[in-house]
Amino acid sequence: MYTERVMEEFTNPKNVGELADADGVGEVGSPSCGDIMRIYLKIEDDRITDVRFRTFGCAAAIASSSMATRMIRGMTLDEAWDLSNGDVVAALGGLPDAKVHCSLLARDAIRAAVNDYRARRGLPPRETGSCGGDGCGCHPKNG
Amino acid sequence: MSNQDQRPVYMDHAATTFTKPEVLAAMEPYFSRYFGNPSSLYRFAGEPRKGVEAARGQVAAALGATPGEIYFCAGGSEADNWAIKGVALANHKRGDHIVTTAIEHHAVLHTCEWLEKQGFSVTYLPVDKFGRVDPGEVEEAITGRTILVSVMAANNEIGTVQPIARIGKIARDRGVLFHTDAVQAVGAVPIDVDAMGIDLLSLSAHKFYGPKGIGALYVRRGSRLENLVHGGGQERGRRAGTENVPGIVGLGRAIELATADIEGHNRRLAAMRDRLIRGVLDAIPDSRLNGHPTERLANNANFSFRYVEGESILLMLDARGIAASTGSACSSASLEPSHVLLATGLPHEEAHGSLRLTLGDANSEEDVDYVLEVLPDVIGRLRQISPLTPPAGKKVQEAE
Repeated sequence: MYTERVMEEFTNPKNVGELADADGVGEVGSPSCGDIMRIYLKIEDDRITDVRFRTFGCAAAIASSSMATRMIRGMTLDEAWDLSNGDVVAALGGLPDAKVHCSLLARDAIRAAVNDYRARRGLPPRETGSCGGDGCGCHPKNG
Repeated sequence: MSNQDQRPVYMDHAATTFTKPEVLAAMEPYFSRYFGNPSSLYRFAGEPRKGVEAARGQVAAALGATPGEIYFCAGGSEADNWAIKGVALANHKRGDHIVTTAIEHHAVLHTCEWLEKQGFSVTYLPVDKFGRVDPGEVEEAITGRTILVSVMAANNEIGTVQPIARIGKIARDRGVLFHTDAVQAVGAVPIDVDAMGIDLLSLSAHKFYGPKGIGALYVRRGSRLENLVHGGGQERGRRAGTENVPGIVGLGRAIELATADIEGHNRRLAAMRDRLIRGVLDAIPDSRLNGHPTERLANNANFSFRYVEGESILLMLDARGIAASTGSACSSASLEPSHVLLATGLPHEEAHGSLRLTLGDANSEEDVDYVLEVLPDVIGRLRQISPLTPPAGKKVQEAE
């Protein structure tokens, strides 16, 4: 069902944990949906210098979290914002159709963390324009 | 850990069992030596026909039925479909109402849902927190339009055994046919169709160490039942299609073996199951046992672990050589957690964190030891990753 890359990322996830002094924290999903993804960002000069995650979810959710955090480390906030779920899926060597929503969660957790950083600096949030949990199409019939 | 270090442990016997060597040996001649079509008239048909009828006798003996009441089919799903659709179609002039439960196998639930689209009405009875159906509620649900009560003998996910004899008596007293999906029960629960008031019973060989793709439906003599599969005159004109002779022979031998000593078999499995349950609940905080504490299949242990998700548990166990199952949404295409766990009142998040371990004849005490060694580590690792896990030292409300 899963690629070897997904299984490797799932069984040996990178960047697990929290950042006590995070500059931005983003969380998406809900326990009732079976997926929660929380991402912590440390930002210096508009660039992500450190990143951690904690995820409640399936193998695809944990693998997507791990891969996405590895991909955005060192990126500018704009670059991280533009990371697509397709980028995460490609880096994982593919995900089953029913699990693509996990990669969307990773993208949206990053965007939520960036918006949290902006809010802390008094800046308006950027439009996420996508998955916010309920009714997003990523969580069919759940809730 | 390398693959060489892994101890392969199969604990998913509710999904399927291996075919026993004795069963395989019984089947073997019917693939090539006795290959004839049992419906033919020439001598090549003789041995296959004898094999089929001997198996019919073995199934009947296991259920307390007569051979003429046993019909072979492709498996449990077909048997459930046949029983429910067959009764509905044959009795629709008498009534249009079916009583079943919320925790039936999808072969029953989806069949009932299909019949609802054809104009039938269905009552889906709730269950208590242990997954038990209240026979009193069955009685209350029966109306003058009810033509069938269908209640599974034992649940495939949580292992809860239903009060079948009491439900059967109620159905009989009210003049309503009673079907039971006994796919998980045969070989694990003693069945006597007369004593239990059963009119129709579904079973599947691969759940009790027989081959896959073969099952049977018991139909009490005189029950009105429409055919599901039309064609030739096999199975006394009630189920068309050339008989799966090796499968039927294997089913017969398997059910004979499975019902020879249910008590002794259960004693051995239940001892391992209870040690597994105690070990898991003792070692892993915020874990709970799903299903009935005592009225459960001897081989079934179903747990929920807070803060973690079932598919992740399953795959981490698989990476350590342990095959299990989950009722988590993420293991299925629907993304919905188990309807059975939800029906017992479990919240979504705990239903997502479920794990089913089902023991079988190949399991040993060492297998239980290995699971007890690996599982706490797996849950611990996943809880380290989960954002729901309370900080260390923080007291949380105990899981029930």
